[in-house]
Amino acid sequence: MLGYTITQWIFGILSFLAIMFALMVVFSRNPINSVLYLVLTFFCVAGHYLLMNAQFLAVVHIVVYSGAIMVLFLFVIMLMNLNENTEPQRTWLTKIIAGVAGGLLLVVLVGSLKGAEQLQLASYGASQIGLVKNLGKVLFSEFLFPFEIVSVLLLAALVGAIMIGKKEIK
Amino acid sequence: MLTVILVKLITCVIVFAISLGVAAYATLWERKFSALLQDRVGPDRAGPKGLLQPLADGGKMFFKEEIIPNVSNKFLFILGPSLFMITALMTGTVIPWGKDFTTANGTTYSFQITDINIGVLYLLGVVSIGVYGIMIGGWASNNKYALLGAIRSSSQMISYEIAMGISVIALVITAGGTLSLREIVGQQDAGWANIVYQPLGFLIFFVCALAETNRAPFDLPECEAELVGGYHTEYSSMKLGLFLFAEYINMFISSAVMSAFYFGGYNFPFAQELYHAMGLQDGSIWISIIGFGAFFTKIVIFICVFMWIRWTLPRFRYDQLMNLGWKILLPLSLLNLAITVGVEFLRGNLHF
Repeated sequence: MLGYTITQWIFGILSFLAIMFALMVVFSRNPINSVLYLVLTFFCVAGHYLLMNAQFLAVVHIVVYSGAIMVLFLFVIMLMNLNENTEPQRTWLTKIIAGVAGGLLLVVLVGSLKGAEQLQLASYGASQIGLVKNLGKVLFSEFLFPFEIVSVLLLAALVGAIMIGKKEIK
Repeated sequence: MLTVILVKLITCVIVFAISLGVAAYATLWERKFSALLQDRVGPDRAGPKGLLQPLADGGKMFFKEEIIPNVSNKFLFILGPSLFMITALMTGTVIPWGKDFTTANGTTYSFQITDINIGVLYLLGVVSIGVYGIMIGGWASNNKYALLGAIRSSSQMISYEIAMGISVIALVITAGGTLSLREIVGQQDAGWANIVYQPLGFLIFFVCALAETNRAPFDLPECEAELVGGYHTEYSSMKLGLFLFAEYINMFISSAVMSAFYFGGYNFPFAQELYHAMGLQDGSIWISIIGFGAFFTKIVIFICVFMWIRWTLPRFRYDQLMNLGWKILLPLSLLNLAITVGVEFLRGNLHF
């Protein structure tokens, strides 16, 4: 079809949707809609992982980000009952500061893209490392130490959240 | 290529039809069963012995007045029940309903829509997305009762997902480290069913399945005494029907998953002897059909247990529910995981 393979078509459509939904996250006025567009963006990214044969990463991405973290986001927004009407009016100063900060981020992103043409990209579907079995073997042999350190980091974050959430510390 | 797509399409339609049909008749059986337990007759007016009651209920749902609250977000209000229904139906795709069979000209057909080698993870993923339907619907209703019901429901589902996931990890270790449902069912063919190795894991999984399907005694999201109707307070007509109906599909699918995980799916005791006595060859379609019958019997028994529990036990209080999830089931499932790893290591099934 027009000189492209099916994989390339899927890649193109997924990329278009991912970018479109990501833009909608920024542009929609209602916070709930933003969160839902972000969930859709995550699904598109999970689709990209699947194209790269990284099944485990794709499913965990959906379970952790869409299934847990974004639900908590929704929770907070629903409980605070944020709406278009309750959104505070922004002054010119905040708008200018936001513009400068966003522009700086853009510069950083474009700068990081400069070296991208030298990167060796793995072709889609060829790599087997993303399968659960291979990934598990690598994680629990070669990268065991960093893996365990990351879990300690998560534990520290958990304990910290509980300490902050407590009303009084005895 | 085209025939493969056609066969898969037909399998999809059959699984879809069976899910809907079972769910429809589960609503009737629920009412009959509660009547049995309460010494009543139950619905018996529509058709012989009330067998057409689900059709009458469905027709009534379609013809009721449809009310969409004026102040709520209309799109999200409709999206809520649709999403809940879609996620309920999506889980049926990875379940192996019967053994593969081979026709006379040598083509093999499968009783499963797709066998992905991350089937267990896929199930957990779809279950975790199921929360969105209730949350979006409850929020878009623009009603305090609905919002409280939605928040209760999602916090309940997230809490019980953790214990469920850990009990499934223990099961996967017992099953030889495979995440494919076909292989989990297949390896119970030769030996014992997994319930023998994982009694505690099954108990945890069963309680979590009750909580995930929002069935009594965990039906706090729709607790009438406190929340009117919970997350579907503002819903009417078929959108309410979708919410209620999806619960029965969830019940059917979770029964199927439990039978496949812990009770051998389409296998049953002395199956090989029976097939041998009947003179059936491997790959015969009759083996697939008998296996499907056995699987279906297990599912029906599980559905009956679900209903039996609903009409016997009173509802939990909300703090009791959270205590059970976090302080009892989670430590128990961790203990179960530790014991499983220890035992499997001593049996020499784990390699490093």
